[in-house]
Amino acid sequence: MTRALTYSALLFLSAMFIIPFYWTFITAVKNIGELYQFPPVFWPNEVMWENFVTAWFKQPFDVYLKNSVIVVVLSTIGQLFSCSLVAFGFARFQFKGRDAIFVLLLSTMMIPWDVKMIPLYMEFNMLGWINTLKPLIVPAYFADAFFVFLLRQYIMTVPIEIDEAARMDGANSWQIYWRIHLPLMMPALVLVGTFHFMNAWNDYLGPLIYLNDQSKYTLTLGLSMFKGLHETDITSIAAITVVLCIPPLILFFFAQRYIMDGSIGSSVKG
Amino acid sequence: MTTLVVQDEVAEERHRFIEKLTPYLFISPWILGFLFFTLGPLIFSFIMSFYDWPVVGERTFVGLQNYQVMLTEDPLFWDSLWITVKFGLFFVPFNVILGLLLAVLLNQKVIGTGFFRTIFYLPSVISGVALVTIWAWIYSHEYGILNFLLGLAGIEGPNWLGDPNWSLLAIVIASLWGLGGTMLILLTGLQSIPKELYEAAKISGVPAWARLVYITIPMLSPMLLFTVITSIISAFQQLTIALLLTGGGPLESTYFFAMYIYDNAFKYFEMGFAAANSWVMFLIILALSMMVLKSSSAWVYYEGEMKKTEANDD
Repeated sequence: MTRALTYSALLFLSAMFIIPFYWTFITAVKNIGELYQFPPVFWPNEVMWENFVTAWFKQPFDVYLKNSVIVVVLSTIGQLFSCSLVAFGFARFQFKGRDAIFVLLLSTMMIPWDVKMIPLYMEFNMLGWINTLKPLIVPAYFADAFFVFLLRQYIMTVPIEIDEAARMDGANSWQIYWRIHLPLMMPALVLVGTFHFMNAWNDYLGPLIYLNDQSKYTLTLGLSMFKGLHETDITSIAAITVVLCIPPLILFFFAQRYIMDGSIGSSVKG
Repeated sequence: MTTLVVQDEVAEERHRFIEKLTPYLFISPWILGFLFFTLGPLIFSFIMSFYDWPVVGERTFVGLQNYQVMLTEDPLFWDSLWITVKFGLFFVPFNVILGLLLAVLLNQKVIGTGFFRTIFYLPSVISGVALVTIWAWIYSHEYGILNFLLGLAGIEGPNWLGDPNWSLLAIVIASLWGLGGTMLILLTGLQSIPKELYEAAKISGVPAWARLVYITIPMLSPMLLFTVITSIISAFQQLTIALLLTGGGPLESTYFFAMYIYDNAFKYFEMGFAAANSWVMFLIILALSMMVLKSSSAWVYYEGEMKKTEANDD
């Protein structure tokens, strides 16, 4: 009885989570006639794949895609490299002020982005970085606090004897980081890379604030432009939305086992 | 000979110096980032909040005027703050309770938990513009699927995004769609509760609801606390969804505090005033988090051992 109840609850709730995706997809592939039919058409007679092509050429999405890829790839590299370095520093060394600095790092996670938004804009303005992709890339090379925390927790689970043995064999700290811990950290790095990829790929406010020219736009910004440009072009909006969803979904399916195995939750617990 | 010894000492000295420096080199990316992208901006924004500071042109020191205008003369400040609080009052409890409900359901011994878990987490993967465009079409007054489904149940759906009485709720629902992260954290917490507790309770004939209230919730309370605080923070930072879904309307019924800051900064270019706004937001979030944390001693249960390992870890 309770089992049946559990299943029906799960099925009902998963329908709530899935329908919006399905609805968006069929909206993208409907023809104009079916789009405005009422009651709505749940399975289109004819799947209009060409809607994707039409939507893609309504705006310079090639350029947007290129910009998005540049931002996401370069910032992900920066995040993986800087966060693993910093995490290694906190996890494997005793040094003056370490614990105080670490608490400071944790507390920066509490600072709302809105407080930094304005001065950061001014700062990037002074550097001449407005209307370039730099504000979206460069900060990623300076280690995000949450990712550092996650990676540090991970390194802490590796026995210190491994480091000691390597040191006996004459390895220096850099080699221990590069040759031993970086490979061992791989699952955690996949997690960090996935999270950062999704944040960067989906980011809307950053591009909105820092970019002015259409030639600099990212995909999210381009998609949001549809609202102003083609008020009623629901099909194209849905088509680009589907396209925008695909990379994070693919990445998610590959990284799933790392995300779901509880590293997020256990790192929160400390 | 002597020169060799001196050279040795110098080498030794240098070696020790490098050894001391190494950890700081490793953490230097974060230190630099903290100085340039966190501490610097914070100080900068604090100073700005006492100035009339346009993007271009003359800036003048105005003392506390920005704060005074905001608190006593600008009705939009209080309106937007109230809208944000209303949003939070819906969003925070629903986010945590529904997240808990999903986590509890997934923690049962049912087939396909992996499948369901994935489905519940999927929306969290695509947040942002895509989420908004999906929901805009779902909420559409004439063609939306939501009102069609409500119609099947015999309910006449409202004009979700066009009616000031419903627009805020529409944003709450769209935001709740992304509660997968909360669910995941709570699920991990549930899985770390010792099974023996439940078995003992079952044997003693404790009913299911009592096990939830007396075992699950107390054991899970540290995680619940964490999700409450992060939900409050994200409620206050709500901007993207409102900006794209309703643009603050209709009749400013979804004009969030974060949007007020954004408009003052990037629409009216009152950088000093907007900086003052953002500091008020910071203080409110800080105060709320402190309150939750303080009150938590009454309802958060830390297992003695857990607390100890936590202290050791940090």
